[in-house]
Amino acid sequence: MNDRDKDEGIVLTEAQKRARRSRSIAIALALAALVILFYVMTLVKGPGVLIRPI
Amino acid sequence: MSLVSEGADLRGASAAASGLGLAEPSLATVGDYIALLKPRVMSLVVFTALVGLAVAPGTIHPMTGFTALLCIAVGAGAAGALNMWYDADIDAQMVRTSRRPVPVGRVKPGEALAFGLTLSGFSVVTLGLLVNVLAAALLAFTIFFYVVIYTAWLKRATPQNIVIGGAAGAFPPMIGWAAVTGSVSLEPILLFAIIFFWTPPHFWALALYKSDDYRRAGIPMLPVVAGDVNARRQILRYTMILTPLGVAPWVLGFAGPLYGATALVAGAIMMVLAWQVLCERRPDDRASKQLFAFSILYLFLLFAVLLAERGWGGLLARLAA
Repeated sequence: MNDRDKDEGIVLTEAQKRARRSRSIAIALALAALVILFYVMTLVKGPGVLIRPI
Repeated sequence: MSLVSEGADLRGASAAASGLGLAEPSLATVGDYIALLKPRVMSLVVFTALVGLAVAPGTIHPMTGFTALLCIAVGAGAAGALNMWYDADIDAQMVRTSRRPVPVGRVKPGEALAFGLTLSGFSVVTLGLLVNVLAAALLAFTIFFYVVIYTAWLKRATPQNIVIGGAAGAFPPMIGWAAVTGSVSLEPILLFAIIFFWTPPHFWALALYKSDDYRRAGIPMLPVVAGDVNARRQILRYTMILTPLGVAPWVLGFAGPLYGATALVAGAIMMVLAWQVLCERRPDDRASKQLFAFSILYLFLLFAVLLAERGWGGLLARLAA
């Protein structure tokens, strides 16, 4: 085995790359939705956002 | 060796073989992760939580209500993912569950565990920050109860597994109610009780005609451990408790006449089907299948009519006016 082979590490197949890409997009969308949710809820609650009685 | 330790060994072997599944590139798709959330169970959870939220006294901003339902849905899905992580060994042995993402190897055990824990944390914290702390505490307890008490302990240990574990499925309307009021009173406890006593006849009817599957997987469901006839008797007993409970919201004045009539008729059908199950003997399983199918409709009908009658200050009355 030469040095070049050693450095290659894990090489993803096309199917693995596609699966990873779809998972990455889903995570990005979920995080964006969470940001929007917190933004909108802050507007909805107004100053009351800091008042959270049990 | 107990069933629990056998399961732990299998999970450990699977985790060791894959290095918790984190070293190898994953082929899991977004669809596989959605399957981990048990979408069909989640839809029933969201529906009963919506009813709890809609019939609760007081007002809630629609966006806050949506946030509460979203958190409850994600929390239920997270509990489902953790259940699939823990039960991968027995899921692989049952026909009904053998195609789930973890047993077929599309999602690795470590991925399912991380997914479930992450969603559990996000759903509970978000519900606590954006809605209220009581609803978040109830959601956290529900996830804990389903994953630790039911999945990890009762399911493999006792034929009473789904009786006690059924509490996890009964909490959503109470969480919905708490999201609006910030408290818990008799009405949501009654809704809890209806689902709690509905669970045994529902699952034991399924277990009657899937008993070979459960026996092969080593799960001590009542028909496997106590016998077919005993399970049929227990189904009738629990149905006899369930049907008066189903009518109770009308008797106690929480629901109107339409709900009362629906609960009486649907309850009578449940009783007839439970009696037919008692009279049936294997290999016949027609009555068991009918009871399983109708029990879903029964619960849906009760909650749907309650939603129409009482939801948002009486949806039906407003439409009629």
